[in-house]
Amino acid sequence: MTASGSTAATALHRLGRAEDIPRFEGRTATVAGVSLAVFSTEHGFVAIGAACPHQGGPLADGIVSERCVTCPLHNRRIDLHTGEVVAGGEGRVPAYEVVERDGDLYVPVSGVDGTPLEREPLEAAT
Amino acid sequence: MSEGAARPAGAKPILVVGGGIAGQAVCEALRRRDPEVPLVMVCGEPRLPYDRVTLSTLLASEGDPASLQLRPAEWYEDNRVEVRLGEEVESIDPQAGACRLSSGEALEFDRAALCTGSDPLMPPIPGIDLEGVYPFRGPEDCLAIGRAAEGASRAAVIGGGLLGLEAAYGIASRGCPVTVVHLMDRLMERQLDEGAAALLGPAMEALGAEVLLERQTERILGWARAQGLRFADGGEMECDFVVVSIGIRARTDLARSAGIVCERGVVVDGRMRTSAPNVVAVGECAQHDGIVYGIVAPLHEQAEVAADTLLGREGTAPYGGSVMSAKLKVMGVDLVSIGDAHGGAAAIVADDDASVYRKIVVKDGRPTGAILMGDVRGHELLLESVRAGEEVTDPLELLAAASRATGADLPDAAQVCNCNGVCKGAIVEAIEDGGLGSTAEVVATTRAGSGCGSCKPLVTEILHFVRGGDVEEASFLCPCLKQTREELAATIRGHGFESVTEVAAQCGTGRRCGACKPGLAYLISEINGNRHREERHARFINDRVHANIQRDGTFSVVPRIRGGVTSPAELRRIADVAEKYEVPMVKLTGGQRIDLLGVAKEDLPAIWEELDMPSGHAYAKAVRTVKTCVGTDFCRFGLGDSIAAGIELERQMEGLYTPHKVKSSVSGCPRNCAESYVKDIGFVAVEGGWEIYVGGASGSRVRKGDLLATVPTTEEAIEVALTFLQHYRENAEYLERTYDFCERVGMEAIERAVLDEESGEPARLRERFRIAKAAVETDPWLERRDPVHPRQFVGLEPDGEAALVGPPAEAVLAGAPAEDAR
Repeated sequence: MTASGSTAATALHRLGRAEDIPRFEGRTATVAGVSLAVFSTEHGFVAIGAACPHQGGPLADGIVSERCVTCPLHNRRIDLHTGEVVAGGEGRVPAYEVVERDGDLYVPVSGVDGTPLEREPLEAAT
Repeated sequence: MSEGAARPAGAKPILVVGGGIAGQAVCEALRRRDPEVPLVMVCGEPRLPYDRVTLSTLLASEGDPASLQLRPAEWYEDNRVEVRLGEEVESIDPQAGACRLSSGEALEFDRAALCTGSDPLMPPIPGIDLEGVYPFRGPEDCLAIGRAAEGASRAAVIGGGLLGLEAAYGIASRGCPVTVVHLMDRLMERQLDEGAAALLGPAMEALGAEVLLERQTERILGWARAQGLRFADGGEMECDFVVVSIGIRARTDLARSAGIVCERGVVVDGRMRTSAPNVVAVGECAQHDGIVYGIVAPLHEQAEVAADTLLGREGTAPYGGSVMSAKLKVMGVDLVSIGDAHGGAAAIVADDDASVYRKIVVKDGRPTGAILMGDVRGHELLLESVRAGEEVTDPLELLAAASRATGADLPDAAQVCNCNGVCKGAIVEAIEDGGLGSTAEVVATTRAGSGCGSCKPLVTEILHFVRGGDVEEASFLCPCLKQTREELAATIRGHGFESVTEVAAQCGTGRRCGACKPGLAYLISEINGNRHREERHARFINDRVHANIQRDGTFSVVPRIRGGVTSPAELRRIADVAEKYEVPMVKLTGGQRIDLLGVAKEDLPAIWEELDMPSGHAYAKAVRTVKTCVGTDFCRFGLGDSIAAGIELERQMEGLYTPHKVKSSVSGCPRNCAESYVKDIGFVAVEGGWEIYVGGASGSRVRKGDLLATVPTTEEAIEVALTFLQHYRENAEYLERTYDFCERVGMEAIERAVLDEESGEPARLRERFRIAKAAVETDPWLERRDPVHPRQFVGLEPDGEAALVGPPAEAVLAGAPAEDAR
């Protein structure tokens, strides 16, 4: 992952309009064949892999809280910032940064093949 | 009350002057040690001792002052405590063992405890004695402030300390705009540093309390009534009333007049003895080692020592002072301050985005204080480390350990309930000795959690840890914050909330894990008779797209076919839709409906349009189907017109949401072909009328419903069913099926509520049912033409291959995760 390193290797891929995602809901988007679930949270927009690591449930259809989404199929709860399953089981999905510019949403993608770039793991808050 | 309680002739009593928390604590500590010694308590206020600490909640939640009473009247009788209500001790002569009350009565005593508490400080500024200027000290003040807040356009609170902020919060909760005027450059400057105060200001403003800092109030403006404030800098503000909360002053007049040594408070030694050898002082009036504690926690420890001193025992170790700690009782703002958190070496964990600030201060290797804002986890552990003066090598590790601490990690000495001075050890002991199995029992037995209630989740945690999960609990609607349906319902009613967002802002409900949002959404809709503000983010996906999500993320579509009776035209449309949209499976359901399975979310609106049938609500926690048998129309055994009754019952109930799904059926004779005995609501036609069964089940368990009533006509049967349905809607826990509900509350209670017309309750239930039904969405599938959001049924618009833009370098940098993490 190079998001914080060389900008030459990255670009932004437009996902759609920010207003297209109601507050505290999610919508799916596909970027270079990768399915993302994009969420509008209290602290801005975030994206994670679209499919629950348990049985592939559509995470964009889950219930969103301050920091988590709950899969609508079997209630695995996933941290929106790390992609980690935090309740109901184990596993993780990729987590992505979402950049909002002038009402548009973008995800950083690889300048080489256009696939979305996972965000670096969050450091423990200190 | 036991004014006439007999006491042994000749024995002079111990006199307790003051009926506050301190006076009560002294009486209890004395009684625990000596069941015989005569006790007289003189209460200046016209009421039995109450929990003053929780007073501000009275303002915020419009509660009843009587609910704060520490002990019921019988307690004083049972424990032979003579109480003189509404009387002051006018003068006291310790040496002679005599005092005179305001009534003129003379009392003799052997030993005495001064628990006279404190008075609110009122600054000597012009206008302080105007009408509409209130101190914030007693229940009368709370009631007067509450009344003043009705219809006022603005209130001013002078003083931005703990109590001032609680007053401001209470006023704002009543819907009255309020301004906190504070002399210093930050709120609660004695307890907080700049970092925490910087978060507290905005948090108060978000609750509707404006904050003005560095304003010295010079004068309260107005002729007869307060109309505004003038500040030393010449500025002015308008307001309709003023609350003054700038501090308290120990009440020492009585002690002084008796020649007892007083400084800022009544001076006591480590045995709580004053300069008069037979007199002790406890609580806010006492000064120990130069400190007057204006908080509740120390007085319990003081009372124990004082009781030993009064009885001439040396049981407890001398009182060695307390660590100051304070907890702000403002819903939605979590703040605890412990000890001295200024200076020294500090370790701070701060997250501005999440409004969290946690700081611990260490001096000479020992923690001296802490501030926890936004996240107060582990404050009991930190208070105990400060109190015990534990050696700390890594303060950050101590902070992290506190975040992770559960009830199990606390030492037995850690104080869990500051209001009532209950430590963990006492709670564990009570649970083990008394075999206590629920939080309510633990609270009732130990009184931990019966004050401000903020420690209740911890009490529950300790209970679970001691009992190893063998706990019978009220179920929580919000398990994260341990909030029950009743508690939340009271809050919603008290504030007139109409949306999940309002409740979340007030109580934090649904914010942490979100699991309770659908339950909360139901509760809001039920209490508001469906005239709530609908927020789809609080609903399960099924209720956002009005279809049932399947294992592969597709949906199923079940149109309304009332009573299971359809027509060739409907069947033809269903068939056409199934073919056109290549629906993978068409299936008959157990509830006599037709299910189109495997439909993509995007296709839902078009399919509904072409079906041209209303939603069958097969996806919701709602009234589902009424299935019927053929009944008298064709069946040769039929006794009642089950089809007409079933269709009418379905029509009258449909569209209503319920705590869990409600499945019904109507059978035309006791052969019961529609399986009415195992439905949530089931009718069975018998000779001369209908039997109505409720609480039946044929799911993960099988249960025959209970016969609720037998009535002669279809209209009456439907009326009973609707009355029961409304009773269930109002009283069941979320996700509690009727069969669990009926077993939990018992059929007797249900029959009283639903059938006892004399009580008036059935009529009220029917009226509320009518109101709720009148406001239901008739057919949510009409959102195909008028969606609540333009992209209700579709994903984000893909931008195709050409969507690569940029890279504007700063955008990538600004969005870089490592930066954002801070």
